[in-house]
Amino acid sequence: MLFHDAPAGQAASLTSRILNQGKYEAATMLRNGEQLVLMVVMPLLGLVALVATPLLDGMGHPRVAIAAPGILALCALSTAFTGQGIATGFDRRYGVLRFLSTTPLGKAGLIAGKVLAVLVALALQVALISMVAVFMGWRPPLAGVLLGIPLLVLGAAAFTALGLLIAGTVRPEATLAITNLGWILFAALGGIVLPAGKFSSALEGFVQWLPSGALGNLMRAALIDSRLDVWGLIVLLAWAAVASFAAVKWFKWN
Amino acid sequence: MTKTLSPALEISGLIKDVGPLPAMDGRMKRIVSNISLKAHFGAVTALLGANGAGKTTTIECAQGLQQRTGGHISLLGHDPQHASADLRARVGVMLQDGGLPPAARPIALLRHVASLYANPLSVDALVERLGIGEFSDTNIRRLSGGQKQRVALAASLLGNPEVLFLDEPSAGLDPQSRLMVFELIRELRDSGKAIILTTHLLDDAQRLADYVYIVDKGESVAQGTVQELLEHSTSAQKHRVMTFETTAGLALSALQRPGLACTETRPGSYSIAGGLQPDDLARFGSWCVAHQVMPTAVHLASQSLEDVFLAISNGARETASAEPTSSNTETMGIS
Repeated sequence: MLFHDAPAGQAASLTSRILNQGKYEAATMLRNGEQLVLMVVMPLLGLVALVATPLLDGMGHPRVAIAAPGILALCALSTAFTGQGIATGFDRRYGVLRFLSTTPLGKAGLIAGKVLAVLVALALQVALISMVAVFMGWRPPLAGVLLGIPLLVLGAAAFTALGLLIAGTVRPEATLAITNLGWILFAALGGIVLPAGKFSSALEGFVQWLPSGALGNLMRAALIDSRLDVWGLIVLLAWAAVASFAAVKWFKWN
Repeated sequence: MTKTLSPALEISGLIKDVGPLPAMDGRMKRIVSNISLKAHFGAVTALLGANGAGKTTTIECAQGLQQRTGGHISLLGHDPQHASADLRARVGVMLQDGGLPPAARPIALLRHVASLYANPLSVDALVERLGIGEFSDTNIRRLSGGQKQRVALAASLLGNPEVLFLDEPSAGLDPQSRLMVFELIRELRDSGKAIILTTHLLDDAQRLADYVYIVDKGESVAQGTVQELLEHSTSAQKHRVMTFETTAGLALSALQRPGLACTETRPGSYSIAGGLQPDDLARFGSWCVAHQVMPTAVHLASQSLEDVFLAISNGARETASAEPTSSNTETMGIS
C-alpha cells in the first residue's frame, strides 16, 4: 500500500524549504504575462524613452547616465511592491498562504521565500536593463556599482514590506488598485525615475521623504557620482523598518 | 481503535472569540464556547454539525491556523500554536477552500509541496491513486470542485502525515470521486493514521467515522461511535419508519396501537412510525388482506444518524425556545 511502509513525515531542511519556495515563486512570477510587462517591458520602454527624448538634457550628464539608475530603482518598485503585493493578495484570498503555513514551510519560510523570489526576479531585471543601458552607452563607475547593489536590495526590502502590508490588510482587488496606482504615481511623480528637482523645488522637498524619492536619489548619487546619499539612506531605512513592523503586526493570513 | 495510546489530538474546553465586530457594536463574538474531543490513531473522528456550528474554527485552532481564546490543545503532544516545522511535517491539512493557487498546474504544485519534505511520498503514485493524471495539464482555476478537492487531498498527504485534518472532504465531489476519496480515507485509517474530519453531511459521518462528536452552536453536545449514538438516543429509541403506497383513503385503525403513529402523509402514501415489532408486520399483512390491496414501494428504515442529530439539535433548540422545528421532524418520533 501507498502509506503503510512509507516513512513518517519529516521536514526538509530550513535552507532547502526556503530555496524551493523562492524558486517556485520566482518561476510563478516570471511565467505571469502581466507581471512580465510590469517587470521588464515597462522599465525597458521607460529607459528607451528617456534616452531618446531631451527630457533629461541640461542636467550635466549624458541622458543614459541619469536614466539608468532611476530605471533600476523602478525595477525594485515593480517587482517588490506591485508584483509581489498583487500575488500575495490573491494567494491570501485563495487560502494559499494558509495552506502553505500548515506545511513544513510555515509562515516565516513563506515570507523568506517571497523575499528570495523578489531578489531573484530583481537580479534578472537588473542584468537585462543594465545590458541594454550599456549598449546605449552607459558606463557607471565601478565603486558606484558596488554601492548601488546593496542600496537596490534595501529598496526592494522596503517596497516588499510595503507591498505585503497592503496585501495582508485589504482585499486583493484593493491591493491590485493601490499597488498599480502607487506604481504610476511613484514612477511619474515620486522621484524614482526622474529627479523631482526637474519639476519644482516644492515637489522635490516633498518627494525626498518618500521611499521612491529616497531610492531614486540614492541610486543616482551612487551610480553617477559614486556617492552615498546619507539623507536618502536614512529615509529608506526608516520606511523599511516601519513598513516591516506594520506588516508583521497587521498582516492577516485569511 | 488504539485507546491505550495517548490520543493524537486532544482538545479540552476550547474557546474562540472573534472580532471586535462592527455589527455587534464592536464587541467580540464567541463562536466556540466549549468543545472537547479526543482523536486516536487508526480512527476516523468526525465533527458533525450544521454550517456555522464552529467545526472549522475548532480544527483551525488545532492546526495552529487560528489562535484560541481559551482551553487546551495537544497535537502529537505539542501545542499547535507554536508548531515547529517538524511537527507540521507530521500533520496533513486539507482546507475547506482548498488553498491551491489558481494559476498552478496540479502536478507542478504537488512536486513543489513535496519539495518541502525530506522524504515525501511519490507524487506519481498519489497522482495515480487519486486519478489526477487525467487533468494534470489543466490550471487549477479550470478544475471542477471534485478535481480540486482531489488535488488538495493529495497535497495534504505528500508528507505521509500521522495526523490528517480534512475540512469537509466530500464537498463538491461527484459520486465517483466521493467513492475514491472515501476508500482512500479508510485505507489511511487502516494504516494507523489519526484522521479528523468535519462534515455537515450525516451520511459522510455514518459511512466514514469511527467516532463522532456532534457540534452545535460552538459546543460539543454529544459524542460516541455511530452505533452508540444510534443506541443511546433516548427520545427515538428503537424507532423505525415504514412507508408504503397503495389506494388512497384507507382506514388505518386496524394498524394502530400505542407507540405507533399511523398516518396517510399524502393521498395514497402511508407511514407507520415508532417501535415497530414483527407483530406489527403480521398485522400489516392482515390489513392488506382485509382491504384487498397489494402495496407498492414498501420501505422499512431503522433510525438513522440523521434522526439522532435532529433529536439532539432540536432538543437544544427546544430548551432555548419552544419554536416549531424543521420539516424533517415528522419522521422523527412519537414524543
